[in-house]
Amino acid sequence: MDILELLKATVQFRVFDYLRELYGPNLYMEAAFDLVGILTVSTFCLLIVLFLILWERWVIARIQDRIGPNRVGKWGMLQTVADVGKLLTKEVIIPRGADKPAYIVAPLLIVMASLVVWAVLPFAPGVIGTDLNIGVFYFLAVSSASVVCLLLAGWGSNNKYALLGAFRAVAQLVSYEVPMVISLVVPILLARSMSTQSIVEAQVYPFFAVVPLSAIIFFISALAETGRTPFDLLEAESEIVAGFHVEYTGMLFGMFFLAEFISTLFMSGLFATVYLGGWNLPLINLLLSFTEIGPIEFANPDALFGLGRPLALLVFFAKMFGTYFVFIWIRGTLPRVRVDQMLDLNWKFLVPLSLVVLLVVAILDKILFSTGLATGPTGDLIRTLAHLVSNIVIFMGTMEIVRRYARRRRAENASVPVGVSAAVEQEDMKSWQPAGTD
Amino acid sequence: MYIEQFVFFILALITLLSGWFVVTDRNLFHAALAMMLTFLGVAGLYVLLDSGFLAATQLLVYIGAISILIIFAIMMTRRLMKTTEPAYNSMWQGALLISVFSGAGLVYVIVQVFGMSNYLQKPDTSDAVLNGTVVTLGEWLVSADHLVIPFEVASVLLLAALIGSIVIARAEK
Amino acid sequence: MIPLSWYLVVAAALFFLGVYGVLARRNAVAMLMAVELMLNAVNINIVAFWRYVSPEEPLGVAWVLFVLTVAAAEAAVGLALVISVYRSRDSVVAEELDSLKY
Repeated sequence: MDILELLKATVQFRVFDYLRELYGPNLYMEAAFDLVGILTVSTFCLLIVLFLILWERWVIARIQDRIGPNRVGKWGMLQTVADVGKLLTKEVIIPRGADKPAYIVAPLLIVMASLVVWAVLPFAPGVIGTDLNIGVFYFLAVSSASVVCLLLAGWGSNNKYALLGAFRAVAQLVSYEVPMVISLVVPILLARSMSTQSIVEAQVYPFFAVVPLSAIIFFISALAETGRTPFDLLEAESEIVAGFHVEYTGMLFGMFFLAEFISTLFMSGLFATVYLGGWNLPLINLLLSFTEIGPIEFANPDALFGLGRPLALLVFFAKMFGTYFVFIWIRGTLPRVRVDQMLDLNWKFLVPLSLVVLLVVAILDKILFSTGLATGPTGDLIRTLAHLVSNIVIFMGTMEIVRRYARRRRAENASVPVGVSAAVEQEDMKSWQPAGTD
Repeated sequence: MYIEQFVFFILALITLLSGWFVVTDRNLFHAALAMMLTFLGVAGLYVLLDSGFLAATQLLVYIGAISILIIFAIMMTRRLMKTTEPAYNSMWQGALLISVFSGAGLVYVIVQVFGMSNYLQKPDTSDAVLNGTVVTLGEWLVSADHLVIPFEVASVLLLAALIGSIVIARAEK
Repeated sequence: MIPLSWYLVVAAALFFLGVYGVLARRNAVAMLMAVELMLNAVNINIVAFWRYVSPEEPLGVAWVLFVLTVAAAEAAVGLALVISVYRSRDSVVAEELDSLKY
């Protein structure tokens, strides 16, 4: 083994391939590789949260014209480290009458569930936990299972407010799973594969440009799934106590936050993978392929001085953190929605819209391929334009329907004096009865 | 290959032990949690049988949906945190006898029929074929030669169940 | 090397755990849970036979999907019934729901 070669392989992210070449197939070595990979990814996820929290506080502070954390360390850089130290040293209190196993297992499970999904996120060509042929489906399965943790936490606390908070949380997460699943089917359909790596490779044009409606629906449901503003009414720190984790203290409480940040970052990563082309540069590559330079081949080990993988990782990180920035931006901008608005938005707007998008994309794609329009050199362009136009038409139609509905509601309310219309709103809210609270 | 057997034993142990808790635990909430563990064990067995797709489906449908439904039902039909009533009805001894004997009979039949010679190991199917199962399955579900009618009937069944359960469970005003 | 019969034995044990649960439990929700165990046992059998006998055709997998569908429908309707019964009788103990006897 040459130490220089090993270093070179490390820099090129090809250490495993290099060792495999050197020693041939070996079961124990593969197991060691898996272990190292798992440790690397989960350590990355846990440590990056320190930065994410700090970044979020800085950005929110700038949006609200404040300074933000600036005391601990240079520019307040060690603020989260200090916060974590505080959480770690606090006492873990288990309330009397709590269902102990459920109470303790819930935060552990929720962190596990938020870490396990990273296995299918492609960081760079060849740099992925495991390229499952059902990658996206695996993510959906695990994230639906993580709902259970909230129920565990709410029930285990032996506190009716915690239980009610858990019911609210489950109602929100289960409902927003529906548009999320349906909108994720669209890119799967376009890429003809559920594997995340193939979805990245299938994007000659980024799917955000092909099916923007599906991307936006996914983004909104991702906001709701991770419980972030404007859908943070599971927690609503300025209104109700704290939702399902009222009783938690110390690091057990910190774990819920950890899981929230990790899964938000994962959602950004998934959005970047599925809709923005992941580690690839779809549009730029397309333009470059018309020039003499040719497209950038991240996957080719001989191109880019062998640095294809690290560069692809940089591209992916830029997209992932860019998406994350939009999450923060929305948090700093939008007010919280009411619970009935949250459910109405889902069931009366997002679910029908995503179904329409899915139907139209499926039928249009079938027509394009059976007429031969989507094959040949200009096939991709025609396909992209056709889907884009159909998406825009659907969007305009939806907006027209929504506008008419709003106009009718306004006309109904116009005859009622102002004070009474507020009472009508109150009555509207009462008509929504939360499940299980009677 | 001993690793595979070891994994199988662990998974079978998890499945059966938590299954035992499902039917014996007096605290229904704990029984529901044990049931999730059983589902997880079964999902593991699916992975061992080279069907990751079914394992993910198991996770999505059983743990993500059915278990949550059941937990909701448990929470809505009992006073919270009260577990004083007995778990079994009056004929539990008879039930135990019946299930032990018929279970033993079934195991005896299985050992007689399959234990000695048949199917001692999985056929060597290539990974490409196994990974292609999902693709073929997708085609079969919508192709008129194969499964499109059961598929449509299943969706009608789900719709009927959806509407039916809302109608049944809705409080009368 | 795992012989097919191992899977079948595990499935049989799980199935009869479910049978015992259905017969012996008092609470209707617990009985439904036991039914889910039985359905899972059947699914293990189907997948095992699919893998050992005809892994080229996805019929076994499709079969399991249909069983899952039926299980979901059964759980939804069954639990709706349980909740409805609880509303009118204030009890979900199967033994006490015997007014049709008289």
